[in-house]
Amino acid sequence: MIHSLFLINHSGDIFLEKHWKSVISRSVCDYFFEVKEKAVDPENVPPVLQTPHHYLISIYRGKLFFLSVVQTEVPPLFVIEFLHRVADTFQDYFGECSEGVIKDNLVTVYELLEEMLDNGFPLATESNVLKEMIRPPNILRSVVNTLTGGSNVGDTLPTGQLSNVPWRRAGVKYTNNEAYFDVVEEIDAILDKSGTTVFAEIQGVVEACVRLTGMPDLTLSFMNPRLLDDMSFHPCVRFKRWESERVLSFIPPDGNFTLMTYHVSSQNLVAIPVYVKQNINFFETGSCGRLDITIGPKQNMGKTVEGLMVTIHMPKVVLSANLTATQGNYTYDLTTKVLVWDIGKLNPQKLPNLRGSLSMQAGAPKPEENPSLNIDLKIQQLAISGLKVSRLDMYGEKYKPFKGVKYLTKAGKFQVRT
Amino acid sequence: MDVGFSSLRSEAVGAVRTAMVSAENLQLTLKAELSQEEQALTHIRSNPKEAHKAGNEDLKEMLESSKESLKLEAMKRIVGLIAKGKNASELFPAVVKNVASKNIEDPNQFIRASALRVLSSIRVPIIVPIMMLAIKEAAADLSPYVRKTSAHAIQKLFSLDADQKEQLIEVIEKLLKDKSTLVAGSVVMAFEEVCPDRIDLIHKNYRKLCNLLVDVEEWGQVVIISMLTRYARTQFTSPWKEGAMFDENNEKAFYESDSEEKKGHTEEKPYIMDPDHRLLLRNTKPLLQSRNTAVVMSVAQLYWHLAPKHEVSIVTKSLVRLLRSHREVQYIVLQNIATMSIQRKGMFEPFMKSFYVRSTDATHIKTLKLEILTNLANEANISTILREFQTYVKSQDKAFAAATIQAIGRCATNISEVTDTCLNGLVLLLSNRDETVVAESVVVIKKLLQTQPTQHSEIIKHMAKLFDNITVPMARASILWLIGEYCERVPKIAPDVLRKMAKSFTAEEDIVKLQTVNLAAKLYLTNSKQTKLLTQYILNLGKYDQNYDIRDRTRFIRQLIVPSEKSGALNKYARRILLAPKPAPVLESSFKDRDRFQLGTLSHSLNSKATGYQELSDWPAVAPDQSVRNVEIIEASGSDSEEESSESEKTSSDSGKSSSGSEQSSSESELEQKKKKKTKKVPQKKSKPTAADRYSEIPAVCWSLRASFFFPVTTSSFGPVKTYELLHHMTGKGLAAKYHFPRQPCLYQPSMVAVQVILSNSSDHSLEEIHIGDRSPASLSIHCFNTIERLEPEASVTVSMGIDFSDSTQAANFQLCTKEDQFSVSIQPAVGELLMPSSMTEQDFCKEQGKLQGMNETSATITMETANASSQAISKQVLSVANVGVVSSSQNNFSRFAGRTVSSGALVLVSLELKESSTALLTINTEKTVMASMLLRDIKQALTQA
Repeated sequence: MIHSLFLINHSGDIFLEKHWKSVISRSVCDYFFEVKEKAVDPENVPPVLQTPHHYLISIYRGKLFFLSVVQTEVPPLFVIEFLHRVADTFQDYFGECSEGVIKDNLVTVYELLEEMLDNGFPLATESNVLKEMIRPPNILRSVVNTLTGGSNVGDTLPTGQLSNVPWRRAGVKYTNNEAYFDVVEEIDAILDKSGTTVFAEIQGVVEACVRLTGMPDLTLSFMNPRLLDDMSFHPCVRFKRWESERVLSFIPPDGNFTLMTYHVSSQNLVAIPVYVKQNINFFETGSCGRLDITIGPKQNMGKTVEGLMVTIHMPKVVLSANLTATQGNYTYDLTTKVLVWDIGKLNPQKLPNLRGSLSMQAGAPKPEENPSLNIDLKIQQLAISGLKVSRLDMYGEKYKPFKGVKYLTKAGKFQVRT
Repeated sequence: MDVGFSSLRSEAVGAVRTAMVSAENLQLTLKAELSQEEQALTHIRSNPKEAHKAGNEDLKEMLESSKESLKLEAMKRIVGLIAKGKNASELFPAVVKNVASKNIEDPNQFIRASALRVLSSIRVPIIVPIMMLAIKEAAADLSPYVRKTSAHAIQKLFSLDADQKEQLIEVIEKLLKDKSTLVAGSVVMAFEEVCPDRIDLIHKNYRKLCNLLVDVEEWGQVVIISMLTRYARTQFTSPWKEGAMFDENNEKAFYESDSEEKKGHTEEKPYIMDPDHRLLLRNTKPLLQSRNTAVVMSVAQLYWHLAPKHEVSIVTKSLVRLLRSHREVQYIVLQNIATMSIQRKGMFEPFMKSFYVRSTDATHIKTLKLEILTNLANEANISTILREFQTYVKSQDKAFAAATIQAIGRCATNISEVTDTCLNGLVLLLSNRDETVVAESVVVIKKLLQTQPTQHSEIIKHMAKLFDNITVPMARASILWLIGEYCERVPKIAPDVLRKMAKSFTAEEDIVKLQTVNLAAKLYLTNSKQTKLLTQYILNLGKYDQNYDIRDRTRFIRQLIVPSEKSGALNKYARRILLAPKPAPVLESSFKDRDRFQLGTLSHSLNSKATGYQELSDWPAVAPDQSVRNVEIIEASGSDSEEESSESEKTSSDSGKSSSGSEQSSSESELEQKKKKKTKKVPQKKSKPTAADRYSEIPAVCWSLRASFFFPVTTSSFGPVKTYELLHHMTGKGLAAKYHFPRQPCLYQPSMVAVQVILSNSSDHSLEEIHIGDRSPASLSIHCFNTIERLEPEASVTVSMGIDFSDSTQAANFQLCTKEDQFSVSIQPAVGELLMPSSMTEQDFCKEQGKLQGMNETSATITMETANASSQAISKQVLSVANVGVVSSSQNNFSRFAGRTVSSGALVLVSLELKESSTALLTINTEKTVMASMLLRDIKQALTQA
C-alpha cells in the first residue's frame, strides 16, 4: 500500500527517506516540488497528486511535509490517517515533531517506521504497543546503549499486540492511583459584521490521563448526556453500553489518551462568550486607514475570559500599524501582514480597546474587503455546552483511586467577519 | 542454567532484529547508490579504521557454527560491513540459511515472526523456494501473530515472483479460514493484492468476516470493508429497485416513501433483503463511531453503495464530524460529500452551515465547500446561500472569488426564481476593481444570458460600455460573442464595437481575434450596409495573422459569408449557420461524473482511474446462489440457524489446528499451551471484555425487511424526551408547533428555562414571518426566537427560546403569529423541568438536607412497581420527570438527587429510602413547598406505574 515515505522540510529539502518495498528514486518528489512552487502557501498544496507512475499523498504538519508514494489504488484517507499517526507518534516519543528532533533521533525514527509498517501495511500503530517494543529515548539509556552497543528495541512481543485489549499493557503498577479527565470544548463560530451568529457549533473532547494499577474497569457518566449529538470513541469504549445507557464504560489505556470526541447538536444554541465591536476603515485617499476594536463579555456564564487574543490577516497593501492598546500588546509582522493583539484576561469593568491608524502603500487601491478577525480565548472551569461529568466508578480493582475532572472552553475556529 | 539460556535467547532476538535491518540493506548494497537509511546507519555504526578483509570465509564459518554467540558476532560484523557500504551479498545465502531460517523454528513466537519478516524482506529470486516453505509453515503456526506475518509475506513473495500465484492462493484460502482477528485484515489485504477476482474464496468466510469486523484492528477494517463492498455488489440484488420511487434524484419520493409505499406499491413483488446483506450493514454501522477517519469513510462508502436509499443518511453526521479533522482529511471527505450531494441534497442540507467558508481555509478546501454549497442550493435556502456568497465574492483570495462567481452562475441557472437577482448582482460586479472578478462575471453573465436570451439588451449594452476597460482576454471575447449573438437587439452599439475592434485587432489576444472575426461575420449578415467595409478590413487582417487558427477561421468565414462563384450552396445558408439558435451551456458541477468511481478511492479523488482500481460491479439482476455462504459445520436448515451457526462458529473454538484460544497467552508460556491444546479445549470465557461487550450484539434473527423499515436512529437520546403540542395544525391553519425541554442551561438568562419549539408547515403554501406576539401576563419574560422569514410547505424548523417561569407552574401564554394570523398558545411546564441538576457529594447533601427540615420537608411512603425497585430503574424514572442530578450514594437502599430551581436557585433535594417489599419513603426537601408537593406527586406517579 504505502511504498515509500519522504520527509521534506519547509525549504524543500528531503531530509529523510524510508522505503518499505523497493527503493524509489527521490526524483519522484520533483512533481511535488513543482506544485509546491506554484502554491502560495504550503497549506494550499493538494494532498493527493498524480505523477506518470506513482501517486503522491502528503500531509503538512509542524512545517514538515510527510510525503508518501503509492503505486496502486488505495483509499487516500487510509494513507493520510496513517501519516498523521506517524507524526503523532513522533510527537509522543520526542515531545515535538520537527526536523531537528527527527534528525537527532534518526535511529529511533527508523526503528519506529520499520515497526509501524510491514510491506506498506500498518502493523503496530498503537502507542502503547510501540512503546513496549521501542523505548522512547532518554539520556541515561542512550549513554548505556552507546557504551554497551545495545539498542532501544525491546525483545519480547508486546502483550497488548495479542490480547483483546491491545491498548493496555499487562502488569501496570502505581503507588498513587489517579484518573484525570479534561473536558475541553471548542467553539467554532462565524459572526457577521453586526455580531449576529452566522454559524456556531461546539466540538468537545474528553482527554484522559489514567494511571491506575492492574486492569481497572471504569464507568464515566454525564449529568446531561442528551447534549451529545455525535461522537467518536477510543476503541476501548464499549459502544453497546453507550447506546443503551449513555455511560462510557471502558478499560483505559495506560497514561494519556483521548477518550472521546463529541459534537454538540447544532440545533442547540451556542453561547458566544465575547462580543466584538470593530470598525476598520480604509480611506480612498491619503493611503491610510483606521482601526478600532473593542471586546466585551457576553454569555460567559459568570466566568472570566482569559488568554484573549485577536489575530488579523491584513491586506497586502497595509505597510504598518500605529496603534494603541488599552490592555495587552500588539505586534504587526511586516512580512506576513499579520496583526496580533495579545490581550490576556478580559476585565468587564474596563473593556480592552485597540485603536489607531494603518498606513498603506502609496498609490495602491484601497482593499475591497476588510480583513476578518480571528479570536482566541479560554475559559477555565467551564464547558460551554453545559456538559458535566456526574461520576466515575471503578470496578475490577480494590484500591481507591484519586479522581479529578477539569473543564475548559476554548475558541476553536472563531471568526468575526468585518 | 536457566538464566544463561534466557539471556542467550534475548541476544538472539536482538540479532534477528539487526538482521532485519541488514536484510534490507544487503540488497541495497547491490545498488550503487547509497540510500538515506544506509547513511544513517553508517553515521552511527561505522568504524572507519576496520578494513574490509578480502574474503568473507571466516564470517561464513562463524555463521555455520552451532554456537549462538559466534553467529551473533558474525551478524554484527556483517552489519558493520554493510554500514560502510561494502558489498556483502555473497554472504546472503549463509545468513538466510543459518540465521533467518533457523529462527523460524524458534519457540518464541516473536522471534519466529521476526525471522519470517526478515526472510520475506529479502527480494532476491534465489530464495523464493525457501520463502514459500517458510510461508506455508508459518500459515499453520499456532501463534496468530506469526500467521499474520505470513499473510504479509504472501504479498512480498507475490511481488517478487508472480509465478507462485497458484500456491500462494492456496495459502490465502487457508488463512481466510482463520478465526483470529489479528489475521483477518492482513489476509484480506493479501487477497486483494494477489487474487482480488477470486470472489469464490470469500463465500464461506463472508459471515465470519462480518462478525469479526468490529474487533479487527482499524487498518484491517478498512481493507475488509472495501473488499466486502465489492463482494456484496456481486452477490446481492439491488435494494434500490422500489420502482421509480427511489429514483436517485427524486428527493420528494425519498421523504414520502413511507406513506406512499403502503398505498402504491403493495401489489409489486416485495424486495426482501438477503439476511447476509443486512448482516454486513448492521455490523459496519458501529464503526461510524471509530476514531480512525479512514474507517468512517469506508463505512460511509459502503452504505452509499450498498444500503437502501433511505438508510444512507445515517452516515451524514459522521462525515460532517470528519470535517473537524486535519486539513488533508477535510479535503478527501469534502470531495466525497461533493459527489454525494449532487445525487442526494437531502442528506447534507441540514448541515449546510458546516460548509461555510472561513477566510483561513486553504484554497482547495474553500473551493470544495463552495461546490457543496452550490449543490445544496434549492428554492428554500437560496437566499441564505446567496447572502453567504456575497461575502465570498469580496474575498482577498481572488481565485476563490472567481470560483464563487461561477457558483452564483450555477445557482442562477438551476433555480429560476433567483436568476434575475443573480444576474443583477453579477452586473454590479462588472464595476468591481479587481480584474479577475470582472472577467469571471462577464463569462458567467454570458452563459446566463444565453439561457435567457429575451429582454436582456440592457445588460448587453452595459457590458459594451464597460468593454474598453476590460483587459482580460476571456472576458473581452465573451462580450464580443454576446454582442455578435444578439446584435439585432443592440443594432446601434454593435457596429461601433466592431469599429473599435478593427482598430485594435492586431494587438489583441488570439481568442479575442477569433471572436472579432465572428462578430464581423454576424454583423455582415445582419447589417451589411454599415459593416461591409469593416468586415472586409478585419478579414484581411486575419488573413495575414501569425496564428494559423485565425488564418483558417478567416478563410472559412470569408467563403461562407461573401458570395462568390466558388462558395456555392453553403453561402445560402450562412445566416442559418452562424445565427442558429444555440443550446445554452449547462452549468454543472465538476463532480457530476465522479460517481463512476467507488467513493473513498484514490481514483475518485483524482477523477481518473488509478492503477489497480477494481471496478464496482452493477447489482446482479438475479441473486447468485445464497447457499454458497453456508458454513458446513452445522447442517443448515434455514437462514435463522445459519445465522446462529456463524455466530457459534465465532465463539466456539474448534479444537483443531487453529488456536484462537491461545491468542492472549504470553509468548513464553506458549509451549505449554501447545501441549494443553492437544488434550483439551481451551475454555473461551475470559474475564476481559469481548467484542460483544464493546459493540452491539449481532442478533440471530434474520431481517427480512421491507423498504418501509427505518433504521433505528444511531443516537437516540438517553431517556425519552417528552414532546408536547403547542399548536395543532388544524387550529393553526397549517402551522403546527411542538415543544420540549432540552434541559440545558439557557443562554439568554440563567433564570430562564430553555424550550425548543419545532415549527412545521403542513399547509400547501409557505408561511411567512413567524414570530412571537403579545404575551400574558405582560410581565412574563420571554426570550423570543428570531422571526422566521419563510417556512416552506412540508418544511419544519427548530427554534430555541427561553422563558422565565419564576419557579411556578403557571402557564406562559403568548401569541404565535404569522404574517396573516395570530394564535394564542401556552406552555405549561411540568414542575420537574423548572429545575437544573446540581452536583454535590453525599456529605453535602446530608448537610443541606439538615438545614431544610420541618415545613421545608415533604414526604410520602409509596409502593413501587416491582420493575422499578432497582436503583438504576429509580434513577431512570426520577430523571424522566425531573431535571435533577444523581448524587452518588454509599448506601444501597438510598437514592439521592439534587437540583436547583432555575429561576431563584433554591435547592431541591430528593431522597428515596427503600424499605422492605418495594415500599419506599420519598422525601423532598426544599424551601419551595408548593413545588415540593407537586414534584412529590409526579415522582410518585412515575415510580408507582410500570
